[in-house]
Amino acid sequence: MNELYLIAGMAVVTFVIRYSMFAVAGRFEFSTRLTEALRYVPPTVLTAIIVPSVLMPGGESIDLSWTNAYLVGAVAAMGLGWVSNNLLLTIVGGMAVFLSWQWLVG
Amino acid sequence: MTQANIDTPSLITPSPFSEFLAGARDSFPLIVGAIPFGIIFGTLALSSGLSFTGAMAMSALVFAGSAQFIALGLVAAGTAWPIIVLTTFVVNLRHILYSATLAPHVRHLPKQWQAPLAFWLTDETFLVVVKRYTQQPLSRHNQWYYLGSALFMYINWQVCTFLGLTVGQMLPNAAAWGLDFAMPVTFIGMVIPYLKNRPMVAAVVAAGVVALVAQPVPHKLGLMIATLVGIATGMIVEQWGKPEVLP
Repeated sequence: MNELYLIAGMAVVTFVIRYSMFAVAGRFEFSTRLTEALRYVPPTVLTAIIVPSVLMPGGESIDLSWTNAYLVGAVAAMGLGWVSNNLLLTIVGGMAVFLSWQWLVG
Repeated sequence: MTQANIDTPSLITPSPFSEFLAGARDSFPLIVGAIPFGIIFGTLALSSGLSFTGAMAMSALVFAGSAQFIALGLVAAGTAWPIIVLTTFVVNLRHILYSATLAPHVRHLPKQWQAPLAFWLTDETFLVVVKRYTQQPLSRHNQWYYLGSALFMYINWQVCTFLGLTVGQMLPNAAAWGLDFAMPVTFIGMVIPYLKNRPMVAAVVAAGVVALVAQPVPHKLGLMIATLVGIATGMIVEQWGKPEVLP
């Protein structure tokens, strides 16, 4: 394992991806349709990360039972977020529910 | 500078520095969510086979949370470095969408701004900045807001990696505490404000269902598939809602 190559390689591909669209932005105008589509990027990417990590915490099968602390914590966070509209409260509250549920059940 | 200069014009055009502070301040909740994540990365790095310097260098030069975690897993499994670099590429593909979304807002900036802002483009900073740019597209010092969020995230990530590498080693089995819930819970808090209309809800539901079904797809490519299906669903539902325009 060559750590130097590994880190340099990861750094380069990550930067190239992040910079790609900045680099071409000055050369062409984004179409209205593309701009409209990009509005959906933040919530869809996030949901695609959230759902498997909450419903499949082990990574293999879907766990919809009440013993799944990730699911219970997520439901609590959704409720808190919906009612309070406060991001920090949602994160801290959801985390607290998750950790205490895990402690109670586990 | 006179007193009047400090008070009045700042209300009309915020100064670069106040924008910088606003960016850092608005990122605070997301920083809280990223802290456990960074500490766990540092904690696991040594036992996965990275050196102390390697772990710090990865956080400093790559600066991509999920890719770094996946790299740890692959290093521990003895994977060859080109495969890990390729996996990093795939895992980070979602950043192309972030880059495209923010591109119209940074296109007027010189390269000296664009390059560092791109380097610091994480999930968290993207979310905070895209919200601001949507609400105040014409603010003159938007890049300072971005910089404030980015630097705060970056410094926090370095500090947390260091804490994991040092203090984290003393905690018994810290990784098993389930602090990996910090990321999904942060993202839940970020998604909720978007759920204001039917196309957005449809997009999110579709993305969630596809992400679950596509979970077995290797290299986290299910994430990209789910996102694209979600975007398409949102666009279609939006189209239905529009009144028919006759030629």
